[in-house]
Amino acid sequence: MFGLDRKDTVFMLIVVVIALSAPILLNPWPAASQMAQFNAGYPDLMQRFVVYGIFAIGFNILFGLTGYLSFGHAAFLGVGSYAAVWMFKLLSMNIIPAILLSMVVAGLFALVIGYVSLRRSGIYFSILTLAFAQMSFNMAYSVLTPLTNGETGLQLALDDPRILDAANTTNSLPVTNLFGAEMRSSVTWNVGGWSFDFSVGYYVCAVIMLIAFYTSVRIFRSPFGMMLRAVKSNQQRLNYTGINSRPYTLAAFVISGMYAGLAGGLLAAMDPLAGAERMQWTASGEVVLMTILGGAGTLIGPFLGAGFIKYCENIFSKINDQILHQWFALLPDWLENTLVTVLHPFIGKGWHLTLGLIFMLVVVFLPGGLVEGWNRITGLFRRKPKAKPSATTEPAE
Amino acid sequence: MDAILLQILNGLDKGSAYALIALGLTLIFGTLGVVNFAHGALFMIGSFCSVTLSKLFSLSFETVDPTKLDFLGNPSKVTTPYVQAWFGPELGAAIIDWSVPLAILLAIPVMLIVGYVMERGLIKHFYKRAHADQILVTFGLAIVLQEIVKYFFGANPISAPAPEVFRGSLDFGPFFGLEANKVIYPYWRLVYFFFSAGIIAAVFAFLRFTTFGMVVRAGMADRETVGLLGIDIDKRFTVMFGIAAAVAGLAGVMYAPILSPNYQMGMDFLVLSFVVVVVGGMGSLPGAVLAGFLLGILQSFASMNEVKSVIPGIDQIIIYLVAIIILLTRPRGLMGRKGVMEE
Amino acid sequence: MGILEVNGVGKNFGGLKALSNVNLSVKENTVHAIIGPNGAGKSTLLNCLVGKLIPDTGTVTFAGQSVLGRKPHQINQMGISRVFQTPEIFTHLTVMENVLIPCFARRDGSFRMHAFETVANEHDIVEQAEAMLKDVKMLDKRHMLAANLSRGDKRRLEMAMCLVQEPKLLLLDEPTAGMARADTNNTIDLLKEIKASRPITMAIIEHDMHVVFSLAERITVMAQGTPLVEDTPDNIKGHPKVREAYLGEAQV
Repeated sequence: MFGLDRKDTVFMLIVVVIALSAPILLNPWPAASQMAQFNAGYPDLMQRFVVYGIFAIGFNILFGLTGYLSFGHAAFLGVGSYAAVWMFKLLSMNIIPAILLSMVVAGLFALVIGYVSLRRSGIYFSILTLAFAQMSFNMAYSVLTPLTNGETGLQLALDDPRILDAANTTNSLPVTNLFGAEMRSSVTWNVGGWSFDFSVGYYVCAVIMLIAFYTSVRIFRSPFGMMLRAVKSNQQRLNYTGINSRPYTLAAFVISGMYAGLAGGLLAAMDPLAGAERMQWTASGEVVLMTILGGAGTLIGPFLGAGFIKYCENIFSKINDQILHQWFALLPDWLENTLVTVLHPFIGKGWHLTLGLIFMLVVVFLPGGLVEGWNRITGLFRRKPKAKPSATTEPAE
Repeated sequence: MDAILLQILNGLDKGSAYALIALGLTLIFGTLGVVNFAHGALFMIGSFCSVTLSKLFSLSFETVDPTKLDFLGNPSKVTTPYVQAWFGPELGAAIIDWSVPLAILLAIPVMLIVGYVMERGLIKHFYKRAHADQILVTFGLAIVLQEIVKYFFGANPISAPAPEVFRGSLDFGPFFGLEANKVIYPYWRLVYFFFSAGIIAAVFAFLRFTTFGMVVRAGMADRETVGLLGIDIDKRFTVMFGIAAAVAGLAGVMYAPILSPNYQMGMDFLVLSFVVVVVGGMGSLPGAVLAGFLLGILQSFASMNEVKSVIPGIDQIIIYLVAIIILLTRPRGLMGRKGVMEE
Repeated sequence: MGILEVNGVGKNFGGLKALSNVNLSVKENTVHAIIGPNGAGKSTLLNCLVGKLIPDTGTVTFAGQSVLGRKPHQINQMGISRVFQTPEIFTHLTVMENVLIPCFARRDGSFRMHAFETVANEHDIVEQAEAMLKDVKMLDKRHMLAANLSRGDKRRLEMAMCLVQEPKLLLLDEPTAGMARADTNNTIDLLKEIKASRPITMAIIEHDMHVVFSLAERITVMAQGTPLVEDTPDNIKGHPKVREAYLGEAQV
C-alpha cells in the first residue's frame, strides 16, 4: 500500500495508530494519582516529541544514510523558526504559509551550506558545518538583528501588518491557527480518574510528522536511499561505478535541512517566537544525540531517541529534592537522605549532566542505539537465528 | 600605525589562548588520532583551578578585636584569612595576591591526573572507532565536565584577579616612537603572551630534544612502524595526552584574570580552537601555533570600528569565514601534512 | 585504431618521472596485459586512464573520445569499468544491493533524484541483477552482507558489479594479487568465461606471469615509466629486453 511492501505498511500503520492515540497512551496514570507526574500526554510535551522527532528523522537521512556528521543542523531549525515567525508577522497567522516558507528558506540555506561543506568529508565536514552554524548564530545575535531581533528573539507585535488576516481589533496578540482552528484549543475528555487532552496543535504536528516519516520510509527504500548508503559504505567504488556522489549527498543534505526547517517552523507555529539560542551548537549536538540514541540509520530510531530525550528532559527537570524524598519515604531515613544526596546533582537543573552521561554511555555501550538494544533483547528470546534480512531493508523496528 | 600596533597586541592574548588549546588538540590528534571535543573543557577546568585557589586562599575566620570599636561601640569583628594567620600578614597577603600564578602549581598535577584518567578510562577505547564516535563521546564528556563544574561553582562567572603589580597597563607608544597614551596594553596580557610563548617553546623543545619527544614525533608520523620497533608507544601517548591536557589547563589558569571563568567558556574556545587546528593544518604543531596567533590578530583587527563600519558584524564571523575559505582552497590547511585525515 | 589509445603520456611527481612518452593501443575485444617490474609505472598509467590522475602530457582517447579531464564517474559512464587490487565493494550493503547499484547507474546515469521509487519494484533492474549474480554463481548469497563474503567471493562480486554494466573496456589492477594458487586459478577461469561469453575488451595489469600468459592476447612490457616492447605472449617469453628489464643487466 502507498508504495510500501507489506512489512513496511504494517509498520507504518502501527506508527499511525500510536501517533493518533498518543494523548491516551501517554497518560496511563489517573490525573489525581502520585504517578501523574510521569504522564506525558499533555499537548505541549507531545508536540515537542513529534517536532523533535521530525528534526531527528531528517537528520537521520543525512547522518544515518550517508554517514556525513553535520554539527550545525540546528542552524536550519533556527532559520525555519525565524522564517515562520516572519510569515506570522507579515502575512497571516495561518500556519500553512509559515511552514512552507520555513521549509523553503531552510532548504535554500542548506543548499548553500551543503554546496560548500560537502566538498570535504569526515571531520572536516563536521567542522565546516559547525563553523557555518556558529557563524549564523553569531550573526543572528549581531548584524542580523533587524531580522532576528537579537537577544530578545523575534516576537509577534500588535501592529504587525498580517495582510491576509482581518484587522486585529482586540488588544491581545493573535494566535496561530490552521484555517481558523486555533493551535492552542483542545478538547478534554474525562473518563473515571483519567483526563485526556486532545489538542489541535498536537494533531497538526502528528499528521505532519506522519507525512515526514512516510517520506523518510520511501527514501530509505528508494534507489536514492540505496545510493546514499553506498556513499557511506564506499565512496570510491560508487564513483567508479559511474555515480556522481556529490549531488546525492547534497540532495540528502538539503532534504534533511528542510526537515529541520519544518521542525523549526512547527516550533514557531506552536509558540510564535524565535531566538538565536535555537541555533547554538549544543542544539546541534542534541539532535545528533537523539539520532544516535535511537539508532542512526534505522527508520524509527531517531524518533524514539527524540521522544526519549524530550521525555527525560521533562521528567528530570521537574523532579526536585522534595519529590525524591516522597519517593524514598518508605526507606530508612539515612538511606533516604543518602539517595537524595546522590541523585540531587542529576535532577532539576542538573538535567544536562544526566544528558551528557546518557550521551557517553550510549556511544560507549550501545553504538546502535535503542533499536540495537531492542534487537539484542528480542534476540535473546527469539530462538530462530535464521532471521533472513531482506534484500533492500535496514532493520526497521 | 598606532591603531594597527594596538590591534596586533590585542590579538596576541586571544591568539595565545587559541594557540595553546590548538597545540594540545593537535598533539592529541597527531599522536592518538583522536578528535577531542572535550579539550575546551580542560581549558575551563584550568581556569577554575585559579578560581578555586583564590577562593581557598581567601577562606578566613573571624575574631573579635576588643581594642577596636565599630561605630556602634561594639568590639569590631576582624576577618583574617587563614593564609595570613599561618604565614604572617605580609607573606599571607602576597600569597592571596598571587593566587592566580600560584594556581599553576595546582593546575599541573590536577590536569595531568585529569588527562591520565580521561585517556585510560575513556579515550583509550576509542582509538579504533570512527571519528564520529570519538567526537560524540568527547562531546558528551565535555557536557559532563561542564555540568560538574557548574554544580560546584554555579552558572555565573567568577573573577580571579591578577596580582596587584600586573593590574596596570603599559604604554607601548613611546617604545615605537609614537605618541604617549595611544597604545595602552594591560601588563597581565603581556604576561599571558610571554607565558604562552614559554609553554609553546617548552613543548617544542620537549618534542625536539628529548628521546621521548623523538619517539612521539616518530609515532605521529607512522604509529604502526614505531610500534613494530618494540617501543611501547601507547604508554607514551598516555603521557602525551596528560601533557596536552596540562597545556590546555595552563592556558586556562592564566586566562582567568582576562576573562572571568564560567562553566561554558570551554565550549566557546573549543569551537574556535578547532577552526584554528583546521586552518593550521590537521596534525601540524607549528601550523596550530601560527594559525592561533594569526586568527587571534585577525579577529582583533575585525573588531576595529573602522572595519566594522565597512562590514558590520565582521568581527563575529571573521574566523569562520577564514576557516571556510582556507578549507576550500587549501584543504590541508596552512601547514598540514599529506595523508592526515584524508578519507 | 584501438578502442583505447594512449599517445605520448607523461606524468611527473615532483622530480620523479613516473611516466614518459607512453604509447599504447588496446584493440577491441582483446585481452591486453601490461606487465613490468615494480615501479615501472603500471599503476600510474592505470590511474591516468580512469581519471584519478591527470597526465602532464599526451592524450588518452577511448572509443574516439578523450578521457582527459573527466571525473571517474564520467569515465565509467563512457564504458570503462575498473577492478581494484583489493576488491572495492559496498561492504555495508547486501550482495544484491551491490549489484543493483551499477544497474541503476547504467540506467539512470550519474545522478537521478529517484527518491520516490522503490528498489524492489524496479523489476527489470532486479532481474538484471539476479541474472548477473547467477552468472557468477552467487545468487544463493544475494541476501548476505558483502562484508561477510570470503575474499574470493568479494572478487567475484566486484567483477559482477563491473560486468553488469556491460562495459566496453574492463580494467583489472592485479586481480590476483595476494591470492592463493587455487583462488588465482579460479579467477583466471572466471575471466576466461567472461571473455568467452560476451564481447569485451580487457586491460590487465599483473605481476603473476602465470595469469598473464593464460589470458593475454597482447602484452606490453613497461620499465621505468615507458613501454619497452609490445607483442604476442609467445614472442614476449623469450624477448631479451624483457629479461633485461626483469632480471637486471648484470644477470643477462
